[in-house]
Amino acid sequence: MLRDITLGQYFPGNSVFHRTDPRMKIVLTALYIAAVFLADSWWSYLVMVMGAVLIILFSRIPLRIVISGFKAVMLIIVFTAILNIFWTSGDNEPLWSFWKIRIYTEGLEHAGKMVLRLACLLMGTNVLVSYTTSPIALTDGIERLFAPLKLIKLPVHEFAMMMTIALRFIPTLIEETDKIMNAQKARGADFTEGNLVRRVKALIPILIPLFVSAFMRAGELATAMECRCYNGGEGRTRMTVLKTRFTDWLMLIIFIAYGVGIVLIRN
Amino acid sequence: MSKFIEIKNLNFSYKGDEGESIPVLHDINLDIAKGEFVTILGRNGSGKSTLAKIINMILTPDSGEVIIDGKNIAVELSDKELMAVRRRVGMVFQNPDNQLVATIVEEDIAFGPENLGIPSAEIRQRVDDALETVGMTEFARHSPHQLSGGQKQRIAIAGIIAMLPECIIFDESTAMLDPKGRQEVMDTIEKLNREKGITVIAITHNMEEAVRGDRIVVIDNGHIVKQGKPTEVFADPYELWDLGLAVPQVTELFDMLRCLGADLPESIITEEEGARVLARLLKNK
Repeated sequence: MLRDITLGQYFPGNSVFHRTDPRMKIVLTALYIAAVFLADSWWSYLVMVMGAVLIILFSRIPLRIVISGFKAVMLIIVFTAILNIFWTSGDNEPLWSFWKIRIYTEGLEHAGKMVLRLACLLMGTNVLVSYTTSPIALTDGIERLFAPLKLIKLPVHEFAMMMTIALRFIPTLIEETDKIMNAQKARGADFTEGNLVRRVKALIPILIPLFVSAFMRAGELATAMECRCYNGGEGRTRMTVLKTRFTDWLMLIIFIAYGVGIVLIRN
Repeated sequence: MSKFIEIKNLNFSYKGDEGESIPVLHDINLDIAKGEFVTILGRNGSGKSTLAKIINMILTPDSGEVIIDGKNIAVELSDKELMAVRRRVGMVFQNPDNQLVATIVEEDIAFGPENLGIPSAEIRQRVDDALETVGMTEFARHSPHQLSGGQKQRIAIAGIIAMLPECIIFDESTAMLDPKGRQEVMDTIEKLNREKGITVIAITHNMEEAVRGDRIVVIDNGHIVKQGKPTEVFADPYELWDLGLAVPQVTELFDMLRCLGADLPESIITEEEGARVLARLLKNK
C-alpha cells in the first residue's frame, strides 16, 4: 500500500523533458499550471488534456507509473467530484432528484471538468517535475532560479538542501514504515479493524519508532555530511553546470503558445 | 615509512546526563604510518569508534595531541582548517543509507568535491574515477534505494575517495552487510590500500577482516591493550577471549587441535594458510 506513493521518485531516462534545464522546467511547470487553471470551455479543456497527453508521451515515462502516482490521490479527486455533483445547482430542471438531493447537468459538467483538471494538473506536474527531474537537479534549479532572493536574506540554499534530503529519505522511510508495521503485525497489532479512534491509536506504535529512527538517521547523516566537508552553500561548486540550450527556449515558446491558446478559446 | 598520524597522550570523556564526565579514552598513544592498513579491534563500548571520530575532529579530545602530517589538529580550528582535515582523512560509517545525500549515485559522489569548491569539469573526472575504482560505473545513474547494502557502501566509499583523501577511516563499515556485501567492501578497502596507497584505519569486530590489515590495535576500556601484526596478536587466543573478543575460526580450530596434542604452528590466521598446513601434515603421514 505504502509503495504506491511515487511522489519524489525519479525515473532515469533520456527524453526531451529529462534533458530540459531544470530552471526552465520550473518556469514551464508554472506556465502549465496557469494554463490548466485558465481552461474553462470544453474546447479549452480539450487543448489542456491534449497538452497533458503530449507531455506524458514525450517524457517516455511508462504509463503504469504515471497512473500509479495518480492512484495515491484518487480519493481526493473522487471526493471533489462528488461534492461538485451534489452541490452545484443549475437553471434547468434537475436531471434526477430524490428527497432533498438534486443533480443538475451543470453539476455533472463541473465534476467532469474538475476531475479532468485535477488529473491533468497532477500527471502533468508529476511528469514535468518528479519523474523527469532528478531531485538534485530540481533543487539545483530552484536554488539557482531563486538565487536573487538571497539578497533579501532568504535561506535559498538551506531550503534546497532540506528538500534534497527529504526527497532522498522518502523511499528509505517508507521501507522502514513497512518493516515496523510488519513487526507490529507479527506481535498481534491490527491496523484494519475497529473504529477510527482505535485505528488512529494503532498508528502510535508505528509513528513513535519511525520518528525515533528518523531522528537517529538525521544525526548520523549530519555527521556524515560534515565528514564530507559540507559547510553550507558558500564556496560550493556543482558538478553539473546548468546551460539553457536552444530546445529549452523552444519548449518555452511551445508552452507559452499552449497557455495563450487556452486563453484564446476560453468563453 | 613516515608517520602520518601521531596520537599523543589522548584523553576523552563524554558528558553524562547529570553533567558528570564519563571517561572513554585514557592516555592513548598511537602512530600510524603513511600507506599503512591498521585495524582497531575492541568490543562494544571499548572506545574504538570514539577514537576514530577524534582523528577527523568530529569529537574534540579533553587533552592530548592528534598530529596529522606534522600539524596538531586537536586545537580550536577554523572552518577552513577543519575542512582541510576532513578532506585528507575521510570517514565511512556503518549504515550506508545514512551517508548518502543525493538520489542519484553520481550526484552523491559529487557531493564532497562540490563542497570543496572544485571546478565542474574536474568533479566530473573525479566522480568517474571514483566509480571505476569501486567498480560501480554501470550504476552511475541509479538511485541508491535500488542498490544492495554492499553496493551502497561502495558508493559511500566512492563519495569519500572523490575528495582524494590520504587516509580513510572505516567505522564498522561492514557490520550491517550480508556476507557477500562484506566481501565486496573488504576487497574494495584492500584495493584502495594496495593500489592507491591510501592509509586505512578499519574499526571492526569481525576477525576475518582484521587479519587483512598490516597491524592490529586492540582497545579495551579506553586503553590500548595490545598491538602488532595479525599473526602476533592472534598467537595467544586466550588473551583475546579474556578481552571479550574472538579470534579467526581457523586460529581457534588450530588451538583446539594443539590441545589434543597435534604439533601445529601458532600463527595461522587465514583459512588458505590453515588448509595448506593441514594438507602438508596429512600428506607426510
